[in-house]
Amino acid sequence: MTDKSQANEQRSSGTAVSPNAATSQLAIELVGINKHFGPVHANKDIDLKVTRGTVHGIVGENGAGKTTLMSILYGFYTAESGKIFVDGKQVTIKDSSHALELGIGMVHQHFMLVDNFTVLENVVLGAEDSALLQPSLDKARKVMAQLARDYELEVDPDALIEDLSVGGQQRVEILKALYRGAEILILDEPTGVLTPSEADHLFKVLKTLREQGKTILLITHKLREIMAITDDVSVMRQGAMVKTLQTKNTDPAELAELMVGRRVLLRVDKGESTPGDVKLEVKDLVVKDDMGITRVKGINFEVRAGEIVGIAGVSGNGQSDMLEAITGMRKADGGKLIVKGKEVVIKGDDGAAKLRDMSVAHVPEDRQELGLVVTFEQWENAILGYQDDDKYGKGAFLSIPAARAEANRHIEKFDIRPANNRLKVANFSGGNQQKIVLAREMSRNPDVLIVGQPTRGVDIGAIEFIHNQIVAMRDAGKAVLLVSVELDEVRSLADRLLVMFDGHIVGEVDPATATEAELGLLMAGVSSENKESAK
Amino acid sequence: MIVRKPLPRWADLVLVPFLNLTLAFLISGLVVLIIGENPLEAVKILLYGAFGYGEGLGYTLHFATNFVFAGLAFSIASHAGQFNIGAEGQAYVAGLGAILVALALDQTHWLLVMPLAMIAAGALGGFWGFVPGYLAAKRGSHVVITTIMFNFIASAFMVYMLNNVLKEPSNMAPESATVVNAGKMPQLREWWDYFGYSPLNVMFFVAILALIATYILLWRTELGYKIRTMGQNPNAAHYAGISNSAIVMIAMTIAGAVAGMIALNEVLGVQNRLVLDFVFGYGFVGIAVGLMGRNHPIGIALAAVLFGALYQGGQELAFMMPAVTREMILVIQALVILFTGAMEGLFRGPLEMMFGMLEFSKSDTKDDAAASSKS
Amino acid sequence: MGFFDSLILLLDSTVRLTVPLLLACLAGLYSERAGIFDIGLEGKMLAGAFGAAVVAALTGSAWLGLFAGIGVSMAMALIHGVASITFRGNQIISGVAINFLAAGLTTLLGQTWFKQGGRTPQLNGDARFNGFDFPFADQLADVPVIGGIYSELLSGHNILVYAAFFAVPITYFVLFRTRFGLRLRASGENPKAVDTAGVNVNMMRFKAVLITGILCGIAGAYLSTGMSSGFVKDMTAGRGFIALAALIFAKWMPVPALYACLLFGFLSALGNFMQGAELPIIGEVPVQLIQALPYILTVVLLAGFIGKAVGPKAGGIPYVKER
Repeated sequence: MTDKSQANEQRSSGTAVSPNAATSQLAIELVGINKHFGPVHANKDIDLKVTRGTVHGIVGENGAGKTTLMSILYGFYTAESGKIFVDGKQVTIKDSSHALELGIGMVHQHFMLVDNFTVLENVVLGAEDSALLQPSLDKARKVMAQLARDYELEVDPDALIEDLSVGGQQRVEILKALYRGAEILILDEPTGVLTPSEADHLFKVLKTLREQGKTILLITHKLREIMAITDDVSVMRQGAMVKTLQTKNTDPAELAELMVGRRVLLRVDKGESTPGDVKLEVKDLVVKDDMGITRVKGINFEVRAGEIVGIAGVSGNGQSDMLEAITGMRKADGGKLIVKGKEVVIKGDDGAAKLRDMSVAHVPEDRQELGLVVTFEQWENAILGYQDDDKYGKGAFLSIPAARAEANRHIEKFDIRPANNRLKVANFSGGNQQKIVLAREMSRNPDVLIVGQPTRGVDIGAIEFIHNQIVAMRDAGKAVLLVSVELDEVRSLADRLLVMFDGHIVGEVDPATATEAELGLLMAGVSSENKESAK
Repeated sequence: MIVRKPLPRWADLVLVPFLNLTLAFLISGLVVLIIGENPLEAVKILLYGAFGYGEGLGYTLHFATNFVFAGLAFSIASHAGQFNIGAEGQAYVAGLGAILVALALDQTHWLLVMPLAMIAAGALGGFWGFVPGYLAAKRGSHVVITTIMFNFIASAFMVYMLNNVLKEPSNMAPESATVVNAGKMPQLREWWDYFGYSPLNVMFFVAILALIATYILLWRTELGYKIRTMGQNPNAAHYAGISNSAIVMIAMTIAGAVAGMIALNEVLGVQNRLVLDFVFGYGFVGIAVGLMGRNHPIGIALAAVLFGALYQGGQELAFMMPAVTREMILVIQALVILFTGAMEGLFRGPLEMMFGMLEFSKSDTKDDAAASSKS
Repeated sequence: MGFFDSLILLLDSTVRLTVPLLLACLAGLYSERAGIFDIGLEGKMLAGAFGAAVVAALTGSAWLGLFAGIGVSMAMALIHGVASITFRGNQIISGVAINFLAAGLTTLLGQTWFKQGGRTPQLNGDARFNGFDFPFADQLADVPVIGGIYSELLSGHNILVYAAFFAVPITYFVLFRTRFGLRLRASGENPKAVDTAGVNVNMMRFKAVLITGILCGIAGAYLSTGMSSGFVKDMTAGRGFIALAALIFAKWMPVPALYACLLFGFLSALGNFMQGAELPIIGEVPVQLIQALPYILTVVLLAGFIGKAVGPKAGGIPYVKER
C-alpha cells in the first residue's frame, strides 16, 4: 500500500457517518477513492459530494477515470481504499445487487441488455419475485405503465430489445433501474449513441426525474449537455478529480480547459512549413461503424507534402473511424480517398496493404490492439505490415537477419530500450512500444504519414522525442496527418489545425494564434460558424 | 501486496507443462491402482515395450509418425487461431487419394508412387480442411462444429466408397484391392532388421521433414508470419493488410493436407489396402499432441514420441497385464488433454502467485538495503 | 407385410432411436443456453450408460441403475464445469477430454470388473426398463390403422421413452416460464447483464451444466438398460454428436429440438430399414447418405445457406468479472 493511501485511510477513519451528513443533503459522498488496473492508476484519491435531488455532471476525456469511479459506486469494481457514504451512512458496496439495494441504479455506456429478450424480461431479470415468471412479468407491466406516465418513458413492454432504437434501449435501462427502486441514477455517456432528438427526450426525462426527487449522476464528455442540464459539475483528468463547480458559475471554455489541463507546454522547435503538392485528399467522406452508426458525416480535407495537418477534438467524435477509412482498414460508406492524385477504393479485408503499397504509413491510435502483436518479439513487430517486402526476404521466405537488422536500426535511431530485439513487445514500456511502432512506420520513408494519438500513455521524455521525429518527417517533405485528443500536442505540432466534432469538421484554425478558449468552444461543438470551411 | 506476474519463460514452457503432465500421469497411476495392478510395474512394462527392443521401438516410431502429422494438422490451424478437430476425417478421405494412386501405379516404382500419392492424399485431405475453413472465413460457421460434422461425413462417405466403389467383387469385406508391389511404402526393416516386424516405413522421414518444413513455414516465411500474426492478434493482422479470411482458408487447407499424410503411413505402410476406419482415432490424438507440444515442432515431436510410446507400450501392457486393456491409453490421453489443455490454469494461478511473492520478497530486501544505506 | 405395417414398424423404430438423441439434445440445450459449449455429450452419455448398466447388473434394479447413471454423468459434467467455468479453460478441449475419458474408463473398468471384453453382464427382468402396455392395447391391436398406431407406436415403450418426450414441454416451461430459465438464458446471451442485475453468472452456469449431466445420464441409462440389455463398448456410437447437430438444427429451442431429433431419429431408422432395399425409380439409395444427412444438413444450416443458426451469443466464452 502506498503512503498516500495510508494517509487517506487515517484521514477518514474512525467515523461511520459522513462529516457532512448533518449539514447538507448529500445523496453520495466519496472520500479518497483509489483504484489501479495493473500499472494504471485509474482513480487517484477521488473525493466527490453529490447533493440529493440534483443532476450532477462528471466530465473528463476518455480514460480520465469517470467510468471506473462510477463502476466502483455501482459495486462492479472494488476500490482499493477510500470510503463511500450513501445518504450519510458509510457503506461497503460488495456487488451490483448490493448497490441496487442501496437505491443506486446505473445505465451503462454499453447497455446491459439481453438482445433477444423482451423489454419486460429485461426489466425483471434479477428482480423477479418468485420462481415462476408470470407474476413478476404482470407486476412489471403495471409498474412500467405507471413509470411511463410519470416520466415519459414509453416503451412497448413486449418488444424485443434488438428491435428497439438505441434511444428505446436506453429507456429500458432507465426503467430497469427505476423498477428496482433506484433513487440515485448513474448515466454513463448516455447521449453517445443517441440522435439529437432522442437526446432531447432523454434530457426531458432526466428533468422530470429530478423534479421527483431523484439524484442523477451524468457522466459525459460533452460540455453542451453539462451546461444544458446539470446543477453541479465535477471535472476529472487523468484519474484525478480536478474541480467541482456550480454549473451556473462556469462556462464551456473553462470546463474544456480544466478537462484538457494546462500541461507543461512542450516546446517543439520547428520552422515555417513549406507546403508542396497535395498528397492526401479526402472528399465528402462518410464512415459507419460496425454497429451501422454513421460516425463520419461527410468531411473534406487535404494534406500537402511538407506540412502537418492536425485534427483536434474530444475523442469519440469520429476520428477513429475516419482514420480506419483513410488507412484502408474500413470501407468508406461514401466519398473519395485520393492519394497522390489517385483514387483509392477499398475492397476485401486487406485494404491496409494497398495503402502501404502507395507509401502511406500509419501509426494507429491503439498500438496494443492494432499496431503491435505484443506476444511477438520486437524484431517481428519491426516488419509488421511490411512482411511482403523484398527487403526482408526473397520470394516467399522471410530473412530473419534482414528483419533483425531492420529492428536494430529502429532501436538505434529511436533509442528503444531495452535495446534487445528478441524481447517480447509486451515487456516494453508504453513509450518504447510506441517508439517501436513509430520507428517502423517512419523508417520506411513514406510519402504520407498518418499518426493517431502518438503520445497516449507515453512518458514525458519520450513525448519530446516523438514530437521531434514527427516534425523531422515534415521537414523531409512528407505529408503528415496528426490526430490527437491532446490539445497541446496538436497545437504545438500542427501547421494547420482542424477541429472535429460529431463526425464533422467544424472549423480550421491557425494553431499559432488560436486561443484555448476558442478551440475549447469548437471542440465542445458550441460554435456553429465555419462549419464547412475546412478546405 | 501480492501481485500476479506473468511467469518467466522457462516456467511457462517447461514447468507448467511438466506439472500438468505429472498430474495427468499420477491420476493415470491411480486408475491402474484402482483396477488392482501395480502402477510402477505397469510403467516398467510400458517403457520396455516402447523402447526396450527394436521391434517395439519401430512400432513406437510408427505411431509417432501418425501423431506428428496429426499434431501438426492441429497446430498449424491453431497458429491461425482456428480449432481444427477434423484431422480424423481429413486423414480418412485422404486415404482414397493414396490408395487410388498406389493401385494405378503399382507396377512402377515407389519413388514415383510416393510423391504422387502424397499429392493426391494431400489434395483430398486439404480439401476436407479447406471447406470448413471457407465456411468459417466467408460464412461465419464455427470451425469446431463444422470439422466435427466433416469427420462424420467423411466416415459415411468412405463406407460408401469402400462398399460400393472400391470393393472387389470377389471380396466380402469392405476393403479395396491390395497393393503388392510399388504401391507399398518401403519398410525400414528392409534395410535394418533391427526393427523386426514393425511397420516403420519411409513416411517416418517424411514426418521429420514435415516438422522441419512446418518450422520453416511458420517462422521463416511470409505466409507463416501472416498466419501467426492472424492467430495472435487478428486486429493487428487487419492493420498490417493481411486478409484474415484468406489466412484462415490457407491454414485450414495446409492442416488438412498434412493430416492426409497419415493415410500414406497407414494405408500404404501397414494395410496395403484401404480398410474401414484405418485412421483409428490418430487424428484426435493430434489434439493432445498439439496441446502438449505447445504448437511447436520440437514439442510436437516429443509429444508424438510420448504418445507413440503410450500406444505401443500400452499394447505390450495389455498383453502382459491383461487387466490393463488398450483403453488405458485413452484414459491417459484424456487426462493429458484435460490437464495440459482445459485445466491449464490449474497450476498457473498458484505459480504466478508464488513467483509474485518471490519477486516481492526480493524487491523487499532490495528496498531494505537501500533504506539502510541511506540512513 | 403391408406398407402400413412397415410404416408403423419404421416409425416405432424412429421413436426408440429418437429417445437418446432427444435426451442428449435437451441436455446440451441447458448447457449451451447458459453459455457453455458442450461437445462432451457423447462421453457423458457413454459414462451414464456404463454406470447404469453396472449398478443395474449388481443390484438387479433398473431404477438404481438409472440413479447411478445420472450420478456418473453428473460427475463428468462437474469436471467440464470446473475446467471451463472455474479455471476458464477452453470448453472444446474439455469436451474432447471428457469424450476420451468416458471411452477409456468405461471399457477399462468394465473389463476389470466383469471380464467380458468391456461388456457388462446381460440384464434381465427388473434390471431393465421394460415396456409397458397401454390399457386395451392387446384388444385394439387388430383394429385397422388405430390399432397399429395405438398398440404398436404409442404403447409398449418403457418409462424412459415417455419421460424423454415429456422432458420437452418441461424444458420449455423451465426455460421460458421460470425465473431460473430467464437467468439461465440471459447467462448465455449477455452474462454481464446478468451480473449487473445482481445474479451470480458462474453459479447459473454450474447449475446448467449439472442439469446437462442429469439428462445425459438418463440418455445413457436408456441406451444400456432400456434399448439394450447391458453396456457394450462405445455403445453411444456418435449419438452425442448427432444430438449436438440436432441442437444446432433446432436453433437451441426445445420444441424444434423435438422435431430435429425425430427427423434425425427417423433418418437412422430409415438407414437401418433401407439396408440393401431398392426403391422404385431411384434404385438403391446409399444408406450412408441417409446416415450422413444429419451432419450435412447441420453444416449447410450453420453456413447460413438455409436459414441461419446463431447460437447463444456468449457461448464458449468464460465469464471474467473484473475486480
